[in-house]
Amino acid sequence: MPDTLLAANLTASQLLADYAACIDADGLEQWPDFFVDDGLYHVTTAFNHSRGLPAGIIHADGKAMMQDRVTSLRRANIYEPQRYRHVISTVRVIQAKENLIETEANFLVVRIMESGKQDLFVCGRYLDRITTADGAARYEKKLVVLDSEKVDTLLAIPL
Amino acid sequence: MTTKTDSDIWPDPGISRVPYQVYAAPDIYAQERERVFMGPAWHFLCLDCEIPNRGDYKSTFVGDIPVIVVRARDGSVNGLENRCSHRGATLCLEKFGNLRSFSCVYHGWSYDLDGNLKGVPFERGVNGGGGMPEDFRKEDNGLRRLRIATHAGVVFGTFHDDTPPLADYLEPAFVEKVARVMPRAVKVLGYNTQVMHNNWKLYAENVRDPYHASILHLFFTTFKMNRLTQRGEILVNDEGGHHVSTNWRDPDASIDTYREQDLRAVDDEFALNDPTLLDYQDEFDDNGTLQILSVFPGFVMQQIYNCLAVRQIVPKGPDLTEVNWTYYGFEDDADDLTTLRLKQANLIGPAGYISMEDGAVGEFVQRTLPGAQSEETILMMGGHTAESQTSRATETSIRGFWKAWRRYMEI
Repeated sequence: MPDTLLAANLTASQLLADYAACIDADGLEQWPDFFVDDGLYHVTTAFNHSRGLPAGIIHADGKAMMQDRVTSLRRANIYEPQRYRHVISTVRVIQAKENLIETEANFLVVRIMESGKQDLFVCGRYLDRITTADGAARYEKKLVVLDSEKVDTLLAIPL
Repeated sequence: MTTKTDSDIWPDPGISRVPYQVYAAPDIYAQERERVFMGPAWHFLCLDCEIPNRGDYKSTFVGDIPVIVVRARDGSVNGLENRCSHRGATLCLEKFGNLRSFSCVYHGWSYDLDGNLKGVPFERGVNGGGGMPEDFRKEDNGLRRLRIATHAGVVFGTFHDDTPPLADYLEPAFVEKVARVMPRAVKVLGYNTQVMHNNWKLYAENVRDPYHASILHLFFTTFKMNRLTQRGEILVNDEGGHHVSTNWRDPDASIDTYREQDLRAVDDEFALNDPTLLDYQDEFDDNGTLQILSVFPGFVMQQIYNCLAVRQIVPKGPDLTEVNWTYYGFEDDADDLTTLRLKQANLIGPAGYISMEDGAVGEFVQRTLPGAQSEETILMMGGHTAESQTSRATETSIRGFWKAWRRYMEI
């Protein structure tokens, strides 16, 4: 593997591992910091994605909208206590240019409820665009494409 | 299983106490299929724009019965049961597609877009042996057809011969309110499905329940989007099954009345980092900021600010329900309006700021049903009857649902 690709893969893999660890450890307040200020976080289904349909399940256009979602989850929304456990595949680098890495990775997310119930909640792909322009790696765009169009009960915590 | 008599299930003639049995009993679920979903009611099938071209089809459901809706050769819409006449195999396995004819994968029986049986492989047998008997007539063995009616680009179907014309079924106020949110050529913006572990009627009630909106959904109150003191009205149709809850913006409203009720989430400190989420374009020129409209039994249209969607309630068993969300806008939407719709789509659906709780609250009820089989709900907010009201501190439209349900179910 060429050095640039290897370096890009390491950067992207570490960022994604940190991202998932943050969510799984209930670090919602830190979640928006994985994005640049005008970053895009969009959760949709493979059905919508393949047909170019723009609406999905979550659409946060900018870090401010992500922070608002965290505030809403913490202070307004009512849902049973639950945690996620992300299991993420190896990262596939699609493109690595100066300060820009585009990657794809598969994920499974198990949702663990307060009752102890634990189920495969969603599976899908992360289609990510990462910038390293200001030294630290951050997401410019994180597209979460769920393989199924069905969401069980509700999707509160970001994926 | 012993068959309960109707008076055992719901002895009281009223609609302000609902026996919990109706959410749980398998025989009620089976009767609903027969009397409601295959009964004289209209059911949402699709939006007209989803199947624009000849042969375009969508697989959908009426109750838990699989149905195909397809654009016919003459441009009209056909509704067909998605079941081969031969041995009952599912005909269409894909959600959307385009076909010249339907062909069953099992034995190759084929049907035209009107559901007429056109081909039976080996109908005349092989080498003089086998084949269908002389008395088999293809023309008598087509697919079961639904009657179709379209209003304002919304396609409805019914299995029953006695279902009244759609305009009569909806009643004039609802004909108008449906058209209000479908004034121009529609385009679909996206789909998703929310799976709920509860009886379908718990969700049908939730949709018709303005009382819970400001209490369960704290996003509304936290961001001062919706108040029981805001100007609104609840219309319930004469037959009871449909409702529409409307709000109009009133910039001068005081929150004092509301604050006195000491609800959890009124918080002056609270502001959105990105307040553009709650921008509003008065696209229907009437200051209406919210319209939640239900059509008995399982169809919902909603406008919340500039977020437009239809929802189809699909029962999947006595204790499992799927809600199909279709987000839409209009062909001539300016880019900034589309952007606004996409932002406001965060309000609804499985991850919606003001609807995620609805996916769980039905299950919270469903879990208590084992102990409640000889008990009844209390459904008296706003009285005992189901007339239209201006207060939203009411359960009148839920009572309307039960008024219609009891009539259909003969319970």
